[in-house]
Amino acid sequence: MKNNPLLFRNMSGKTGKILRNYTPLLILLVTILLFSLIAPNFTTFNNFRLMIRQISFVTISAVGLMFVMVAGGIDLSIGSQIIFTNIVLSLMMSSTYGYGMDPLIAIPICIAMGTILGMANGILSNTLKVHPLIITLGTSYIYKGLGYIIAGGRNIDGLPDSFRVYGQGYVGPVPVPIIIMIIVAIIGAYFLHNTNFGSRVFAMGGNQEAAHLVGINIKRMKLIVFAIGGFASGITSVVLLSRVFNGQVTTGAGIEFDALTAALLGGVGFAGGEGTILGLITGVMIIGVLNNGMQLFGLQDFYQNLVKGALLLAAVGYDEYQKSRRAKEMVEKVEM
Amino acid sequence: MEYAVEMKGICKSFGGVQALKNVDLELRQGEIMGIVGDNGAGKSTLMKILSGAYQADRGEIYIFGKQVEIHNPMDSFKLGISMIYQDLALFNNLDVAKNIFAGRELVRGPLGITLDRKDMYRRAEELIKDLRVDIKSPKLNVARMSGGQRQMVACARAIAFKSKIMILDEPTAALGVTEANKLLGLIKNLKDLGQSILLITQRIPDILAIADRVFVLKGGVRQDILNVRDITLDDVVTLIVKGKDGSSEIADDIKYQSFG
Repeated sequence: MKNNPLLFRNMSGKTGKILRNYTPLLILLVTILLFSLIAPNFTTFNNFRLMIRQISFVTISAVGLMFVMVAGGIDLSIGSQIIFTNIVLSLMMSSTYGYGMDPLIAIPICIAMGTILGMANGILSNTLKVHPLIITLGTSYIYKGLGYIIAGGRNIDGLPDSFRVYGQGYVGPVPVPIIIMIIVAIIGAYFLHNTNFGSRVFAMGGNQEAAHLVGINIKRMKLIVFAIGGFASGITSVVLLSRVFNGQVTTGAGIEFDALTAALLGGVGFAGGEGTILGLITGVMIIGVLNNGMQLFGLQDFYQNLVKGALLLAAVGYDEYQKSRRAKEMVEKVEM
Repeated sequence: MEYAVEMKGICKSFGGVQALKNVDLELRQGEIMGIVGDNGAGKSTLMKILSGAYQADRGEIYIFGKQVEIHNPMDSFKLGISMIYQDLALFNNLDVAKNIFAGRELVRGPLGITLDRKDMYRRAEELIKDLRVDIKSPKLNVARMSGGQRQMVACARAIAFKSKIMILDEPTAALGVTEANKLLGLIKNLKDLGQSILLITQRIPDILAIADRVFVLKGGVRQDILNVRDITLDDVVTLIVKGKDGSSEIADDIKYQSFG
């Protein structure tokens, strides 16, 4: 490469940069374009509204997951946190099986419970000193198991009507879950990108040892990011239960994989230290468009899984390719 | 005159290995003191105790005459001590300004948590200018910078927070001749700005070029503090290899392989 004209090298660097920054957006636009051509009724207002409401649940928990991931961790227990809090929340409010509690009291308790489950991940990760992947794999079984035990095979109904609004309500033409999603995303973006706390999350994910050396309290940060993950799954739990309106142990199961896929598609690095909320939302949108478009096109669920899996591998593979290219460029620069 | 740093009777063990045995160190205000010793002599351990990365098992530390307790890097930072690490401790995923202000971000607003980007980039730019470093913009990512530039970012970080005592851990180890010389010039600059500097290095000529005194460690024991004006490279090397009582059995020619 040494003999390449400088101009060419600069150009390829620039194109690379543009491609790197906008790949998720390009994928999204291409999928939207594709489905607007082949899937009937894809580009109607009602369909877009439906689609965005579908992704709002994943987005809320993905924003929480994002904090954990940027800090260099991972949380596989999100779905199980939701299973657990969902059952407890429905029992608190149910008039047939539970305590008939007022939603305005039960909801904060549910969110607090999610936060505590997240914090437990943080505490375990600090004390056991094992990769969060393993910790949260373990806790995901525990949370799920607890949820199943408490549910005891029941479908918990008899929820108060005033609880419908969070998952089924509208403000004007806009579904409430979408509004909650937007609020969560804005608050998440503010904390991650515009505060000293967010900067430290990025620093910690980039180089944990260096973060310790500049005086960042790693243990406390871990606790906080996992708590944020749990907080977000608590909110997701509320919105999902209100939508399903029936306490079931299947609600929320596996949501962490969609959230993780969306994060990776949206450019959140698995190793930590990179990603933006905007990228994350682009990632969730890609999944939403794929699910919705393929459904309208008449493809069944398993085909959707094939496409999602292939796309994830392609996106992550492309990211690695870009990184190795950057590393090569660096070597060349030093050689010059 | 009171010392900038005074360490008394510092002991530190790792498992069964005693890395530091009753070490005393006195750093005068505004001087550059070289810290030398063979691999495993305890140089970095001693300095990491001062910077709060490690804690001493025993011993006392005085900063500008006042006895202090240093339990973590934040304590050390608050006392005006900055350590610039051998492996640099930079964040490769962040740009120059964010590296300089990592963990000590400038904030604004009523809550005191909103980043003051404008101020951070402006101050970073000023620092780069003050140091006369060839870094084009504080928005550049540090991952793509040369060893010298990265070193300068690390120094800028220390200066940004008005440190009074700087510890440099092998700053020239990874640098080419030109860059190393530039950096030595910068370190002298720092001294002129009133910093008291501890300079860990394996390159004795660096010390002879810019240090006032040199502190020699061997096997975790203080050997001596020498005035650079009065000594030659050979004196230092002999002390490092043989110790103050010349007790070492190591043959003379080894020293030239290690330090030549």
